[in-house]
Amino acid sequence: MTRRFGGTDRYIATDDLMTAVNAAITLGRPLLIKGEPGTGKTQLAQEIARSLERPLYEWHIKSTSKAQQGLYEYDAVSRLRDSQLGEARVQDIANYIVKGKLWEAFESQVQPVLLIDEIDKADIEFPNDLLRELDRMEFYVYETRELVKARHRPIMLITSNNEKELPDAFLRRCFFHYIRFPDESTMRAIVQVHFPGLKRELLAEALRTFYEVRETPGLKKKPSTSELLDWIKLLLAEDIDPAVLRANEERKVLPALHGALLKNEQDVHLFEQLVFLHRRAR
Amino acid sequence: MLVKFFFGLRAAGVPVSVTELLTLLEALRAEASGLSAQQFYFLARTCLVKDERHYDRFDRVFAEAFQGAERLFAELLAAQVPAEWLRGPAAGLLSQEDRRAIDSLGGWEKLIETLRERLREQKEAHHGGSKWIGTGGTSPFGSGGYHPEGVRFGETGARQRRAVKVWERREYRNFDDTVELGTRNMKLALRRLRKFAREGVADQLDLDGTIEATARNAGLLDVKLVPERRNAVKVLLFLDVGGSMDDHVRVCEEMFSAARCEFKHLEHFYFHNVPYEQVWKDNHRRACSAVGTLEVMRTYGHDYRVIFVGDATMSPYEIVQPGGSVEHWNGESGAVWVQRLCAAFPRLVWLNPEPEQRWQHIASVRILKELVGERMYPLNLQGLDSAITELRRTGQAPPRPHARDA
Repeated sequence: MTRRFGGTDRYIATDDLMTAVNAAITLGRPLLIKGEPGTGKTQLAQEIARSLERPLYEWHIKSTSKAQQGLYEYDAVSRLRDSQLGEARVQDIANYIVKGKLWEAFESQVQPVLLIDEIDKADIEFPNDLLRELDRMEFYVYETRELVKARHRPIMLITSNNEKELPDAFLRRCFFHYIRFPDESTMRAIVQVHFPGLKRELLAEALRTFYEVRETPGLKKKPSTSELLDWIKLLLAEDIDPAVLRANEERKVLPALHGALLKNEQDVHLFEQLVFLHRRAR
Repeated sequence: MLVKFFFGLRAAGVPVSVTELLTLLEALRAEASGLSAQQFYFLARTCLVKDERHYDRFDRVFAEAFQGAERLFAELLAAQVPAEWLRGPAAGLLSQEDRRAIDSLGGWEKLIETLRERLREQKEAHHGGSKWIGTGGTSPFGSGGYHPEGVRFGETGARQRRAVKVWERREYRNFDDTVELGTRNMKLALRRLRKFAREGVADQLDLDGTIEATARNAGLLDVKLVPERRNAVKVLLFLDVGGSMDDHVRVCEEMFSAARCEFKHLEHFYFHNVPYEQVWKDNHRRACSAVGTLEVMRTYGHDYRVIFVGDATMSPYEIVQPGGSVEHWNGESGAVWVQRLCAAFPRLVWLNPEPEQRWQHIASVRILKELVGERMYPLNLQGLDSAITELRRTGQAPPRPHARDA
């Protein structure tokens, strides 16, 4: 039986996430992961690879990415140049086929983990161009007339930030999971995993401030898990006293080192106004 | 039972196909997850739902379809009737779980019964409220209330603090696309209207074209150029201001700023209640920034797409009577002007921030809806989506509304 994923010492996975990951592994289907930025979508693939001891292939998508680039590319320009120099290798077209991430993953000796990161950044047609590859885990190289088949169906993770709607035909082939923003106790577990020796007092104050900031109405960009972790790292580095954090309980000052949490000048401004209002109200 | 559930999902508007149902069955057969009600819920959701906006609908249907069925999971284990998905190498695990399940059965049933009763009571108490079940009422069950006795057996036994079952909490209500929307969502919806076209001076190297031309040219370089890709969609936005629109200022602002980012060719105008012979560019300087509606129709070609944003809530006379305007004497009725605009711009929609259920009770909304050829949509994500679909339709003239006044 295949091994199951159950979170790692560095990654807290909720029950629903584990169910989704294990279902995808068992049935060999791609798993589409969505969620707020900074909730650990990309990290999930790395942790699955680490905990199951599988090689990881990462394919990061940009707005200019083409589906073909993940399979292979035909380097026509260097062949053209070589032909003008009269080199012998020009005769074999296979010398100019550059393998993409998908091909590499298909050739792996053990079952690999393949991450297709931020698929929504690419062109709208991008997912449609990968349908057959995802379904059958094979593709055809026209230049050399060769069929590339996956030795082992890769554990495939696809992340999306919801910038574009994905086509139905593509979604049909995937499992889907939405990573919710963690609730307070999960968050506590996550922070503990990253900062094992953290003082309980500081943690409590930091989390309280964090959720307070998150719940402020009108924020443009809500801070997420990764921002919280950065912020705690900063608090530790600067050796901030929990008492300082408590001072902002009544909104008298901006939270210490707020730059790690608020990433937008309008948001900082909003907070300054709140602080101002609270001072005046007293 | 699953088939009934499947059709329930379709009826609730979750787009599921047979493929997904088969996938779920396959997953159950392959024992992709444990056998508790909750894990079945997670698994079914992973297989059947492909969009977080549908999570909430899924939760509702799930609760309805499997109401009382949680017991089945316990009974299945207790009676040792392993369905096909109980078969297989989990034997060692199973016997242990069996024992545990049998031990706990009496307690579990009783607990669930009480819990359900409590939930029912609370539902009645909250009747009319939008929240289905508050979590507060179940607090007596507190931590471990859901499952203290271990029928649930995933690999992780941790965190059993669920009092209300997961699907009954309806945590995903926010993602349902019938709720109001923020700028970002709107941008996404508007983005579908983008239409790229290569326009202007050819100043970019067309690599593929060059290679092909060079190859055809027997290796002699033949450089090809193409113009840059640009978003070619042109949009006219008409915004209702003042009066009854004050309630909707925020959503209109969002709509406006989203549209601003998405379209290069965007012109906006303001009007009050209905567009008459004049609209204006700047709401603070109405008098001097006014533009004749006829001039707008002349200036912008019929390839412009027109979006009206307004609540269409007013006295019907403001639409159908000449001189009906509350602000000035209008020679011709608003209806005439709306019809003219419809004729000048075949691709036109009206977005209404008022909730759709209220439309039929407001005479002016009904009239305007008819005037714009039924192309009025609510200003939420779903409505915006259908509006954009309407705008994308390559434009034959809409069904002509019959004239309301002479």
